[in-house]
Amino acid sequence: MEYNQTELLICIASRQMEDRTSAFIGTGIPMLAAALAQKTHAPNLMPVFEFGGTGAKLEELPLGVGGSRSFYRALAASSICDVMEAAQRGLIMYGFVGGAQIDPYGNLNSTIIGDHDKPKVRFPGSGGANDIGSLVWRTIAIMKHDVRRFVEKVDFITTPGYLTGPDAREEAGLPPGTGPYRVVTDLALMGFDDKTKRMKLLAVNPGVSVEQVVENTGFKLIIPEKVEKNEPPTEEELKILREEIDPTGLYI
Amino acid sequence: MEVVESGEGELFLPPRMNEDRQWMLKNKSWALEPKVMSESDAVRKFIHEGDYIGTELYGFVRCPMSLAREIVRQKIKHLRVAGQGIMEIDILIAAGLVDKIDLTYLGYEVYGLSPVLRRAAQSGRLQINEWSNAALAWRLKAAALGVPFLPVRVMMGTDTFKYSAAKVVECPFTGEKVCLLPATMLDVGIIHVHRADEYGNCQIDGISGFAFETARASRRLIISCEEIISTDKIREYPEKTIIPWYLVDAVVEAPFGSHPGEMPYYYWRDEEHLSWYVEASKTEETTQEYLQKWVWDLKSHEEYLALVGKEKLDLIKSKAKGR
Repeated sequence: MEYNQTELLICIASRQMEDRTSAFIGTGIPMLAAALAQKTHAPNLMPVFEFGGTGAKLEELPLGVGGSRSFYRALAASSICDVMEAAQRGLIMYGFVGGAQIDPYGNLNSTIIGDHDKPKVRFPGSGGANDIGSLVWRTIAIMKHDVRRFVEKVDFITTPGYLTGPDAREEAGLPPGTGPYRVVTDLALMGFDDKTKRMKLLAVNPGVSVEQVVENTGFKLIIPEKVEKNEPPTEEELKILREEIDPTGLYI
Repeated sequence: MEVVESGEGELFLPPRMNEDRQWMLKNKSWALEPKVMSESDAVRKFIHEGDYIGTELYGFVRCPMSLAREIVRQKIKHLRVAGQGIMEIDILIAAGLVDKIDLTYLGYEVYGLSPVLRRAAQSGRLQINEWSNAALAWRLKAAALGVPFLPVRVMMGTDTFKYSAAKVVECPFTGEKVCLLPATMLDVGIIHVHRADEYGNCQIDGISGFAFETARASRRLIISCEEIISTDKIREYPEKTIIPWYLVDAVVEAPFGSHPGEMPYYYWRDEEHLSWYVEASKTEETTQEYLQKWVWDLKSHEEYLALVGKEKLDLIKSKAKGR
Protein backbone atom coordinates (compact mmCIF):
# COMPACT_ATOMS: atom_id res chain seq x y z
CA MET A 1 0.00 0.00 0.00
CA GLU A 2 1.38 3.45 -0.87
CA TYR A 3 1.88 6.00 1.85
CA ASN A 4 3.27 9.49 2.31
CA GLN A 5 6.09 10.78 4.53
CA THR A 6 3.73 12.13 7.19
CA GLU A 7 1.99 8.77 7.49
CA LEU A 8 5.35 7.06 7.86
CA LEU A 9 6.44 9.52 10.59
CA ILE A 10 3.20 8.96 12.49
CA CYS A 11 3.50 5.18 12.32
CA ILE A 12 7.12 5.12 13.47
CA ALA A 13 6.45 7.61 16.29
CA SER A 14 3.44 5.59 17.37
CA ARG A 15 5.49 2.37 17.61
CA GLN A 16 7.91 3.99 20.11
CA MET A 17 5.30 4.18 22.87
CA GLU A 18 4.59 1.32 25.25
CA ASP A 19 1.14 0.41 26.51
CA ARG A 20 -0.05 1.33 30.02
CA THR A 21 1.95 4.55 30.13
CA SER A 22 1.32 8.25 29.70
CA ALA A 23 2.36 10.64 26.95
CA PHE A 24 2.41 14.42 26.86
CA ILE A 25 0.93 15.26 23.47
CA GLY A 26 1.66 18.29 21.30
CA THR A 27 -0.28 19.67 18.35
CA GLY A 28 -0.10 17.76 15.07
CA ILE A 29 1.80 14.52 14.44
CA PRO A 30 2.07 13.50 18.14
CA MET A 31 -1.73 13.54 18.41
CA LEU A 32 -2.06 11.21 15.45
CA ALA A 33 0.77 8.98 16.71
CA ALA A 34 -0.87 8.66 20.13
CA ALA A 35 -4.30 7.99 18.61
CA LEU A 36 -2.78 5.30 16.38
CA ALA A 37 -0.92 3.71 19.31
CA GLN A 38 -4.20 3.66 21.27
CA LYS A 39 -5.96 1.87 18.43
CA THR A 40 -3.18 -0.67 17.80
CA HIS A 41 -0.60 -1.92 20.28
CA ALA A 42 -1.23 0.44 23.22
CA PRO A 43 -4.94 0.69 24.11
CA ASN A 44 -3.99 1.95 27.56
CA LEU A 45 -1.66 4.68 26.44
CA MET A 46 -3.04 7.74 28.21
CA PRO A 47 -2.77 11.06 26.43
CA VAL A 48 -2.05 14.08 28.61
CA PHE A 49 -2.58 17.57 27.21
CA GLU A 50 -0.82 20.47 28.83
CA PHE A 51 -3.88 22.57 29.59
CA GLY A 52 -5.44 19.80 31.65
CA GLY A 53 -7.11 17.17 29.43
CA THR A 54 -6.14 13.66 30.59
CA GLY A 55 -7.21 10.31 29.19
CA ALA A 56 -9.24 11.63 26.25
CA LYS A 57 -10.48 9.14 23.71
CA LEU A 58 -8.99 11.03 20.75
CA GLU A 59 -11.92 10.04 18.57
CA GLU A 60 -11.63 13.37 16.84
CA LEU A 61 -8.32 15.11 16.54
CA PRO A 62 -7.84 18.13 18.77
CA LEU A 63 -6.74 21.25 16.89
CA GLY A 64 -4.63 22.41 19.79
CA VAL A 65 -3.35 21.27 23.17
CA GLY A 66 -6.21 23.08 24.91
CA GLY A 67 -8.90 22.41 22.30
CA SER A 68 -12.32 21.04 23.28
CA ARG A 69 -11.37 17.68 21.82
CA SER A 70 -8.33 17.40 24.11
CA PHE A 71 -10.74 16.55 26.91
CA TYR A 72 -13.71 15.11 25.03
CA ARG A 73 -14.91 12.05 26.96
CA ALA A 74 -11.67 12.34 28.97
CA LEU A 75 -11.15 10.92 32.43
CA ALA A 76 -10.11 14.24 33.89
CA ALA A 77 -10.29 17.87 32.83
CA SER A 78 -8.05 19.79 35.19
CA SER A 79 -5.52 22.56 34.71
CA ILE A 80 -2.05 23.34 33.42
CA CYS A 81 -0.52 23.36 36.91
CA ASP A 82 -2.08 19.98 37.68
CA VAL A 83 -0.60 18.17 34.68
CA MET A 84 2.77 19.96 34.78
CA GLU A 85 3.05 19.10 38.47
CA ALA A 86 2.29 15.45 37.64
CA ALA A 87 5.22 15.56 35.21
CA GLN A 88 7.46 17.23 37.81
CA ARG A 89 6.45 14.51 40.29
CA GLY A 90 7.70 11.85 37.86
CA LEU A 91 4.35 10.53 36.63
CA ILE A 92 4.64 11.11 32.88
CA MET A 93 6.68 8.73 30.74
CA TYR A 94 6.76 10.16 27.21
CA GLY A 95 6.58 13.62 25.79
CA PHE A 96 6.77 14.90 22.26
CA VAL A 97 8.84 17.87 21.21
CA GLY A 98 9.89 19.48 17.97
CA GLY A 99 11.72 22.50 16.70
CA ALA A 100 13.54 24.32 13.94
CA GLN A 101 16.94 22.92 14.99
CA ILE A 102 18.33 19.95 16.93
CA ASP A 103 21.96 19.27 17.94
CA PRO A 104 23.89 16.02 18.65
CA TYR A 105 22.73 16.06 22.29
CA GLY A 106 19.09 16.45 21.39
CA ASN A 107 18.87 20.12 22.44
CA LEU A 108 16.07 21.84 20.54
CA ASN A 109 15.49 25.36 19.28
CA SER A 110 11.99 26.70 18.70
CA THR A 111 12.69 30.32 19.69
CA ILE A 112 14.95 32.28 17.34
CA ILE A 113 17.59 32.22 14.63
CA GLY A 114 20.25 34.89 15.18
CA ASP A 115 20.46 37.34 18.05
CA HIS A 116 17.76 37.10 20.71
CA ASP A 117 16.97 40.79 21.01
CA LYS A 118 16.83 41.41 17.28
CA PRO A 119 16.52 37.99 15.71
CA LYS A 120 16.81 37.10 12.05
CA VAL A 121 13.84 34.80 12.47
CA ARG A 122 11.44 34.63 15.40
CA PHE A 123 9.65 31.34 16.16
CA PRO A 124 6.81 30.86 18.68
CA GLY A 125 8.98 30.15 21.76
CA SER A 126 8.97 27.29 24.25
CA GLY A 127 5.29 26.79 25.01
CA GLY A 128 5.22 23.50 26.91
CA ALA A 129 8.33 22.13 25.16
CA ASN A 130 10.86 23.16 27.80
CA ASP A 131 8.65 21.67 30.53
CA ILE A 132 8.28 18.40 28.65
CA GLY A 133 12.00 18.24 27.85
CA SER A 134 12.84 18.97 31.50
CA LEU A 135 10.37 16.72 33.28
CA VAL A 136 9.17 13.64 31.38
CA TRP A 137 11.23 10.46 31.51
CA ARG A 138 11.58 9.98 27.78
CA THR A 139 11.43 12.76 25.22
CA ILE A 140 10.64 11.91 21.61
CA ALA A 141 11.54 14.57 19.02
CA ILE A 142 9.81 14.62 15.66
CA MET A 143 11.78 16.46 12.97
CA LYS A 144 12.32 16.93 9.28
CA HIS A 145 15.78 15.58 8.50
CA ASP A 146 18.16 17.97 6.74
CA VAL A 147 21.46 19.78 7.40
CA ARG A 148 19.71 23.07 8.23
CA ARG A 149 17.83 21.41 11.06
CA PHE A 150 20.41 18.86 12.29
CA VAL A 151 23.18 21.21 13.33
CA GLU A 152 26.33 20.99 15.47
CA LYS A 153 25.13 23.90 17.62
CA VAL A 154 21.59 25.25 17.84
CA ASP A 155 21.13 29.05 17.79
CA PHE A 156 19.14 28.88 21.03
CA ILE A 157 18.45 26.03 23.45
CA THR A 158 14.70 26.31 23.98
CA THR A 159 14.27 22.77 25.27
CA PRO A 160 16.97 20.80 27.05
CA GLY A 161 18.36 17.63 25.55
CA TYR A 162 21.51 16.24 27.16
CA LEU A 163 22.89 19.85 27.08
CA THR A 164 26.70 19.45 26.78
CA GLY A 165 26.88 15.70 27.32
CA PRO A 166 27.06 13.11 30.12
CA ASP A 167 25.77 14.33 33.51
CA ALA A 168 25.13 17.85 32.19
CA ARG A 169 21.38 17.64 32.82
CA GLU A 170 21.87 16.56 36.42
CA GLU A 171 24.51 19.24 36.95
CA ALA A 172 22.12 21.88 35.65
CA GLY A 173 19.54 20.70 38.19
CA LEU A 174 17.18 18.73 35.94
CA PRO A 175 15.64 15.54 37.36
CA PRO A 176 18.01 12.55 37.03
CA GLY A 177 17.09 9.80 34.60
CA THR A 178 15.20 12.05 32.20
CA GLY A 179 16.15 13.16 28.70
CA PRO A 180 15.94 12.57 24.97
CA TYR A 181 14.92 9.06 24.03
CA ARG A 182 14.17 8.97 20.30
CA VAL A 183 14.33 11.26 17.30
CA VAL A 184 11.88 10.33 14.58
CA THR A 185 12.45 11.84 11.12
CA ASP A 186 11.37 11.35 7.54
CA LEU A 187 14.67 9.50 6.96
CA ALA A 188 15.44 7.54 10.09
CA LEU A 189 15.00 6.70 13.74
CA MET A 190 17.71 7.86 16.14
CA GLY A 191 18.48 7.20 19.79
CA PHE A 192 21.27 8.38 22.08
CA ASP A 193 24.52 6.70 23.04
CA ASP A 194 24.49 5.69 26.72
CA LYS A 195 28.05 6.85 27.35
CA THR A 196 28.51 10.00 25.29
CA LYS A 197 24.82 11.02 25.14
CA ARG A 198 25.30 11.86 21.47
CA MET A 199 22.74 11.01 18.84
CA LYS A 200 23.01 7.54 17.35
CA LEU A 201 21.36 6.08 14.28
CA LEU A 202 19.09 3.17 15.15
CA ALA A 203 17.14 2.43 11.98
CA VAL A 204 16.66 3.82 8.49
CA ASN A 205 13.27 4.32 6.89
CA PRO A 206 12.22 2.21 3.87
CA GLY A 207 14.26 3.08 0.78
CA VAL A 208 16.70 5.27 2.72
CA SER A 209 20.43 4.46 2.92
CA VAL A 210 22.75 5.10 5.85
CA GLU A 211 24.75 7.44 3.57
CA GLN A 212 21.66 9.50 2.90
CA VAL A 213 21.07 9.95 6.61
CA VAL A 214 24.71 10.95 7.16
CA GLU A 215 24.59 13.44 4.27
CA ASN A 216 21.51 15.10 5.72
CA THR A 217 22.91 15.42 9.22
CA GLY A 218 25.02 18.51 9.99
CA PHE A 219 27.02 16.79 12.73
CA LYS A 220 28.79 13.48 13.27
CA LEU A 221 26.12 10.91 13.91
CA ILE A 222 27.12 7.70 15.68
CA ILE A 223 26.64 4.83 13.24
CA PRO A 224 26.56 1.46 14.98
CA GLU A 225 27.67 -1.72 13.24
CA LYS A 226 24.15 -2.91 12.87
CA VAL A 227 21.53 -0.44 11.65
CA GLU A 228 17.95 -1.69 11.64
CA LYS A 229 15.37 -1.02 8.95
CA ASN A 230 12.05 0.56 9.89
CA GLU A 231 9.09 -1.38 8.61
CA PRO A 232 6.81 0.61 6.30
CA PRO A 233 3.32 1.38 7.60
CA THR A 234 1.18 -1.73 7.66
CA GLU A 235 -2.14 -1.90 5.88
CA GLU A 236 -3.86 -1.94 9.24
CA GLU A 237 -2.04 1.17 10.45
CA LEU A 238 -2.84 3.08 7.27
CA LYS A 239 -6.48 2.02 7.32
CA ILE A 240 -6.95 3.18 10.91
CA LEU A 241 -5.07 6.39 10.24
CA ARG A 242 -7.05 7.30 7.13
CA GLU A 243 -10.48 6.03 8.01
CA GLU A 244 -10.70 6.53 11.76
CA ILE A 245 -8.13 9.04 12.93
CA ASP A 246 -7.89 11.66 10.21
CA PRO A 247 -10.71 10.95 7.75
CA THR A 248 -10.84 14.56 6.55
CA GLY A 249 -7.10 14.63 5.82
CA LEU A 250 -6.34 17.53 8.16
CA TYR A 251 -2.78 16.37 8.73
CA ILE A 252 -2.08 13.39 6.44
CA MET B 1 20.55 30.39 49.83
CA GLU B 2 23.16 31.13 47.21
CA VAL B 3 22.22 32.32 43.73
CA VAL B 4 24.08 30.12 41.28
CA GLU B 5 22.85 31.73 38.09
CA SER B 6 20.56 34.58 37.04
CA GLY B 7 18.54 34.99 33.88
CA GLU B 8 19.46 38.15 31.99
CA GLY B 9 15.89 39.25 31.24
CA GLU B 10 14.44 42.31 32.94
CA LEU B 11 11.95 41.55 35.68
CA PHE B 12 9.10 43.68 34.30
CA LEU B 13 7.36 43.94 37.64
CA PRO B 14 9.20 42.75 40.75
CA PRO B 15 6.98 40.76 43.16
CA ARG B 16 5.23 43.25 45.44
CA MET B 17 3.85 41.09 48.24
CA ASN B 18 3.36 43.73 50.89
CA GLU B 19 2.28 46.50 48.53
CA ASP B 20 -0.33 44.15 47.09
CA ARG B 21 -1.56 43.20 50.56
CA GLN B 22 -2.02 46.90 51.36
CA TRP B 23 -3.64 47.45 47.98
CA MET B 24 -6.07 44.55 48.54
CA LEU B 25 -6.96 45.92 51.98
CA LYS B 26 -7.80 49.28 50.48
CA ASN B 27 -9.43 48.31 47.19
CA LYS B 28 -11.05 44.88 47.34
CA SER B 29 -14.45 44.27 48.84
CA TRP B 30 -16.23 41.17 50.11
CA ALA B 31 -19.59 42.90 49.76
CA LEU B 32 -22.01 41.42 47.26
CA GLU B 33 -22.25 44.35 44.91
CA PRO B 34 -23.36 44.20 41.28
CA LYS B 35 -20.39 44.61 38.93
CA VAL B 36 -22.03 44.18 35.55
CA MET B 37 -20.88 46.78 33.02
CA SER B 38 -20.09 47.22 29.34
CA GLU B 39 -16.69 46.14 28.03
CA SER B 40 -16.03 49.74 27.18
CA ASP B 41 -16.57 50.87 30.79
CA ALA B 42 -14.66 47.91 32.26
CA VAL B 43 -11.59 48.50 30.13
CA ARG B 44 -11.70 52.30 30.56
CA LYS B 45 -12.07 52.02 34.30
CA PHE B 46 -9.55 49.32 35.07
CA ILE B 47 -6.84 49.22 32.39
CA HIS B 48 -4.42 52.11 32.14
CA GLU B 49 -1.48 53.05 29.99
CA GLY B 50 1.65 51.17 31.08
CA ASP B 51 -0.23 48.52 33.04
CA TYR B 52 1.08 44.99 33.38
CA ILE B 53 -1.79 42.79 32.23
CA GLY B 54 -2.34 39.07 31.91
CA THR B 55 -4.70 37.14 29.66
CA GLU B 56 -5.80 33.57 30.27
CA LEU B 57 -6.84 31.08 27.62
CA TYR B 58 -5.58 28.01 25.82
CA GLY B 59 -4.74 28.58 22.20
CA PHE B 60 -7.90 29.51 20.36
CA VAL B 61 -10.03 28.30 23.24
CA ARG B 62 -11.91 30.38 25.83
CA CYS B 63 -10.06 33.52 24.77
CA PRO B 64 -11.09 36.92 26.17
CA MET B 65 -11.34 38.26 22.61
CA SER B 66 -14.12 40.79 23.12
CA LEU B 67 -12.08 42.43 25.90
CA ALA B 68 -8.86 42.31 23.87
CA ARG B 69 -10.69 44.00 20.97
CA GLU B 70 -11.91 46.67 23.38
CA ILE B 71 -8.35 47.38 24.56
CA VAL B 72 -7.36 47.75 20.90
CA ARG B 73 -10.39 50.01 20.33
CA GLN B 74 -9.34 52.26 23.20
CA LYS B 75 -5.67 52.09 22.12
CA ILE B 76 -4.26 51.73 25.63
CA LYS B 77 -0.53 51.96 25.08
CA HIS B 78 2.79 50.83 26.57
CA LEU B 79 1.31 47.67 28.03
CA ARG B 80 3.41 44.97 29.59
CA VAL B 81 1.81 41.60 28.96
CA ALA B 82 2.07 38.08 30.37
CA GLY B 83 0.23 35.32 28.66
CA GLN B 84 -0.04 32.23 26.58
CA GLY B 85 -0.76 34.39 23.64
CA ILE B 86 -2.49 33.56 20.47
CA MET B 87 -4.88 35.95 18.84
CA GLU B 88 -5.67 38.16 21.82
CA ILE B 89 -2.03 39.17 22.36
CA ASP B 90 -1.43 39.13 18.61
CA ILE B 91 -3.95 41.94 18.05
CA LEU B 92 -2.53 43.97 20.95
CA ILE B 93 0.93 43.70 19.40
CA ALA B 94 -0.45 44.39 15.92
CA ALA B 95 -2.05 47.59 17.22
CA GLY B 96 1.32 48.67 18.65
CA LEU B 97 0.12 48.64 22.24
CA VAL B 98 2.66 46.26 23.80
CA ASP B 99 6.18 47.32 24.85
CA LYS B 100 7.25 44.28 26.85
CA ILE B 101 6.08 40.71 26.96
CA ASP B 102 6.65 37.72 29.20
CA LEU B 103 6.26 35.17 26.46
CA THR B 104 5.92 31.42 26.44
CA TYR B 105 4.36 30.80 23.05
CA LEU B 106 2.98 33.02 20.39
CA GLY B 107 1.88 31.30 17.24
CA TYR B 108 -1.26 30.14 15.49
CA GLU B 109 -0.94 26.45 16.46
CA VAL B 110 -2.09 24.31 13.49
CA TYR B 111 -2.29 27.44 11.33
CA GLY B 112 1.43 28.16 11.64
CA LEU B 113 3.70 30.92 12.94
CA SER B 114 2.61 34.45 13.85
CA PRO B 115 3.83 37.02 11.31
CA VAL B 116 2.73 39.75 13.73
CA LEU B 117 5.13 38.49 16.40
CA ARG B 118 7.82 38.01 13.77
CA ARG B 119 7.59 41.60 12.58
CA ALA B 120 7.56 42.97 16.13
CA ALA B 121 10.44 40.76 17.35
CA GLN B 122 12.61 41.00 14.26
CA SER B 123 12.40 44.80 14.21
CA GLY B 124 13.48 44.86 17.87
CA ARG B 125 10.51 47.03 18.93
CA LEU B 126 9.12 44.41 21.30
CA GLN B 127 11.11 43.49 24.42
CA ILE B 128 10.68 39.75 25.02
CA ASN B 129 11.39 37.57 28.04
CA GLU B 130 11.26 33.82 27.48
CA TRP B 131 9.42 31.38 29.75
CA SER B 132 7.89 27.94 29.46
CA ASN B 133 4.16 27.30 29.75
CA ALA B 134 4.46 25.75 33.18
CA ALA B 135 6.75 28.57 34.30
CA LEU B 136 4.21 31.18 33.28
CA ALA B 137 1.41 29.37 35.13
CA TRP B 138 3.61 28.72 38.17
CA ARG B 139 4.66 32.39 38.31
CA LEU B 140 0.97 33.24 38.58
CA LYS B 141 0.59 30.51 41.17
CA ALA B 142 3.37 32.12 43.24
CA ALA B 143 1.54 35.45 43.02
CA ALA B 144 -1.69 33.72 44.02
CA LEU B 145 0.10 32.26 47.03
CA GLY B 146 1.25 35.76 47.97
CA VAL B 147 4.90 34.68 48.01
CA PRO B 148 7.77 36.19 45.98
CA PHE B 149 8.84 33.06 44.09
CA LEU B 150 8.26 29.38 43.50
CA PRO B 151 11.05 26.77 43.19
CA VAL B 152 10.60 24.49 40.19
CA ARG B 153 12.61 22.07 38.06
CA VAL B 154 12.13 23.42 34.54
CA MET B 155 14.08 25.88 32.36
CA MET B 156 17.47 25.04 33.87
CA GLY B 157 20.43 24.58 31.55
CA THR B 158 18.74 26.33 28.61
CA ASP B 159 18.67 29.67 26.82
CA THR B 160 15.00 29.88 27.75
CA PHE B 161 16.34 30.37 31.28
CA LYS B 162 19.10 32.74 30.14
CA TYR B 163 16.58 35.12 28.55
CA SER B 164 14.12 34.93 31.44
CA ALA B 165 14.19 36.74 34.78
CA ALA B 166 14.42 33.52 36.79
CA LYS B 167 17.27 32.49 39.09
CA VAL B 168 18.89 29.14 39.92
CA VAL B 169 19.81 28.54 43.55
CA GLU B 170 21.06 25.68 45.65
CA CYS B 171 18.16 24.29 47.67
CA PRO B 172 18.78 24.86 51.40
CA PHE B 173 17.16 21.50 52.21
CA THR B 174 18.58 19.13 49.61
CA GLY B 175 21.58 20.95 48.18
CA GLU B 176 20.22 20.38 44.67
CA LYS B 177 19.76 23.15 42.16
CA VAL B 178 16.27 24.54 41.72
CA CYS B 179 14.93 27.29 39.50
CA LEU B 180 13.18 30.16 41.28
CA LEU B 181 10.36 31.73 39.31
CA PRO B 182 9.47 35.28 40.36
CA ALA B 183 5.79 35.80 41.16
CA THR B 184 3.79 37.61 38.48
CA MET B 185 1.64 40.02 40.43
CA LEU B 186 -0.51 41.56 37.71
CA ASP B 187 -2.13 44.97 37.57
CA VAL B 188 -5.06 43.53 35.63
CA GLY B 189 -6.16 40.00 34.76
CA ILE B 190 -8.56 39.31 31.90
CA ILE B 191 -10.49 36.04 31.74
CA HIS B 192 -13.44 34.80 29.69
CA VAL B 193 -15.68 32.24 31.41
CA HIS B 194 -18.82 30.31 30.62
CA ARG B 195 -21.05 31.77 33.31
CA ALA B 196 -20.91 34.35 36.07
CA ASP B 197 -23.41 36.02 38.35
CA GLU B 198 -23.69 39.79 38.70
CA TYR B 199 -21.19 39.77 41.59
CA GLY B 200 -18.52 37.89 39.67
CA ASN B 201 -18.85 34.31 40.87
CA CYS B 202 -17.54 32.37 37.88
CA GLN B 203 -18.03 28.91 36.44
CA ILE B 204 -15.85 27.32 33.75
CA ASP B 205 -16.76 24.10 31.95
CA GLY B 206 -14.07 21.61 30.96
CA ILE B 207 -10.37 22.22 31.57
CA SER B 208 -9.51 25.39 33.41
CA GLY B 209 -6.03 26.18 32.05
CA PHE B 210 -4.52 28.71 34.43
CA ALA B 211 -7.67 30.68 35.23
CA PHE B 212 -7.53 29.80 38.94
CA GLU B 213 -4.01 31.22 39.26
CA THR B 214 -4.52 34.27 37.02
CA ALA B 215 -7.59 35.37 38.95
CA ARG B 216 -5.70 35.22 42.23
CA ALA B 217 -2.55 36.86 40.84
CA SER B 218 -4.34 40.04 39.73
CA ARG B 219 -5.13 43.28 41.49
CA ARG B 220 -7.96 44.16 39.14
CA LEU B 221 -9.83 41.32 37.46
CA ILE B 222 -12.12 41.79 34.47
CA ILE B 223 -14.38 38.87 33.68
CA SER B 224 -16.32 38.45 30.48
CA CYS B 225 -18.85 35.64 30.33
CA GLU B 226 -21.04 33.86 27.84
CA GLU B 227 -24.03 34.35 30.09
CA ILE B 228 -24.95 35.96 33.37
CA ILE B 229 -26.77 33.58 35.67
CA SER B 230 -28.56 34.07 38.97
CA THR B 231 -26.74 33.85 42.28
CA ASP B 232 -29.20 31.09 43.20
CA LYS B 233 -27.73 28.98 40.41
CA ILE B 234 -24.24 29.68 41.76
CA ARG B 235 -25.37 28.59 45.22
CA GLU B 236 -26.70 25.30 43.80
CA TYR B 237 -23.21 24.31 42.70
CA PRO B 238 -20.78 26.26 44.90
CA GLU B 239 -18.02 23.74 44.08
CA LYS B 240 -18.18 25.02 40.49
CA THR B 241 -17.13 28.53 41.53
CA ILE B 242 -13.53 28.60 40.34
CA ILE B 243 -13.29 32.39 40.70
CA PRO B 244 -15.23 33.89 43.64
CA TRP B 245 -16.78 37.37 43.65
CA TYR B 246 -14.30 39.12 45.93
CA LEU B 247 -11.55 38.71 43.31
CA VAL B 248 -13.66 40.28 40.57
CA ASP B 249 -13.96 43.97 39.64
CA ALA B 250 -16.05 43.86 36.48
CA VAL B 251 -18.44 41.40 34.88
CA VAL B 252 -19.09 41.90 31.18
CA GLU B 253 -21.73 39.86 29.42
CA ALA B 254 -20.22 38.78 26.11
CA PRO B 255 -21.94 35.94 24.28
CA PHE B 256 -19.50 34.51 21.72
CA GLY B 257 -16.83 36.50 23.56
CA SER B 258 -14.17 33.98 22.49
CA HIS B 259 -14.99 34.38 18.78
CA PRO B 260 -13.27 33.56 16.44
CA GLY B 261 -11.93 31.07 19.00
CA GLU B 262 -14.01 28.28 20.50
CA MET B 263 -15.81 27.87 23.81
CA PRO B 264 -16.00 24.27 25.08
CA TYR B 265 -19.54 22.81 24.91
CA TYR B 266 -20.93 26.18 23.64
CA TYR B 267 -19.51 26.81 20.19
CA TRP B 268 -16.78 25.67 17.83
CA ARG B 269 -14.07 27.91 16.39
CA ASP B 270 -14.92 30.00 13.34
CA GLU B 271 -12.46 28.40 10.98
CA GLU B 272 -13.32 30.68 8.09
CA HIS B 273 -12.76 33.82 10.14
CA LEU B 274 -9.48 32.43 11.51
CA SER B 275 -8.28 31.80 7.97
CA TRP B 276 -9.08 35.45 7.13
CA TYR B 277 -7.03 36.58 10.11
CA VAL B 278 -4.12 34.26 9.36
CA GLU B 279 -4.10 35.59 5.79
CA ALA B 280 -4.43 39.23 6.88
CA SER B 281 -1.62 38.90 9.43
CA LYS B 282 0.92 38.27 6.66
CA THR B 283 1.55 41.95 5.93
CA GLU B 284 1.47 45.03 8.13
CA GLU B 285 -1.02 46.72 5.82
CA THR B 286 -3.56 43.89 5.68
CA THR B 287 -3.27 43.40 9.45
CA GLN B 288 -4.23 47.05 9.96
CA GLU B 289 -7.11 46.63 7.49
CA TYR B 290 -8.34 43.66 9.53
CA LEU B 291 -8.23 45.70 12.76
CA GLN B 292 -9.98 48.61 11.05
CA LYS B 293 -12.82 46.42 9.83
CA TRP B 294 -13.26 44.20 12.88
CA VAL B 295 -12.34 46.57 15.72
CA TRP B 296 -12.00 50.28 15.02
CA ASP B 297 -15.00 50.61 12.69
CA LEU B 298 -17.23 49.03 15.36
CA LYS B 299 -18.37 50.50 18.64
CA SER B 300 -18.99 47.37 20.68
CA HIS B 301 -18.98 43.59 20.89
CA GLU B 302 -22.65 43.72 19.89
CA GLU B 303 -21.78 45.44 16.63
CA TYR B 304 -18.97 42.91 16.11
CA LEU B 305 -21.43 40.02 16.45
CA ALA B 306 -23.81 41.72 14.02
CA LEU B 307 -20.97 41.92 11.49
CA VAL B 308 -20.07 38.25 12.02
CA GLY B 309 -23.74 37.49 11.34
CA LYS B 310 -26.34 35.27 12.89
CA GLU B 311 -25.88 32.57 10.28
CA LYS B 312 -22.21 32.12 11.19
CA LEU B 313 -22.93 32.18 14.91
CA ASP B 314 -25.64 29.53 14.50
CA LEU B 315 -23.24 27.43 12.48
CA ILE B 316 -20.42 27.44 15.06
CA LYS B 317 -22.96 26.77 17.79
CA SER B 318 -24.24 23.73 15.92
CA LYS B 319 -20.67 22.38 15.61
CA ALA B 320 -19.96 22.43 19.36
CA LYS B 321 -19.42 19.06 20.99
CA GLY B 322 -21.77 17.78 23.65
CA ARG B 323 -20.64 15.61 26.50
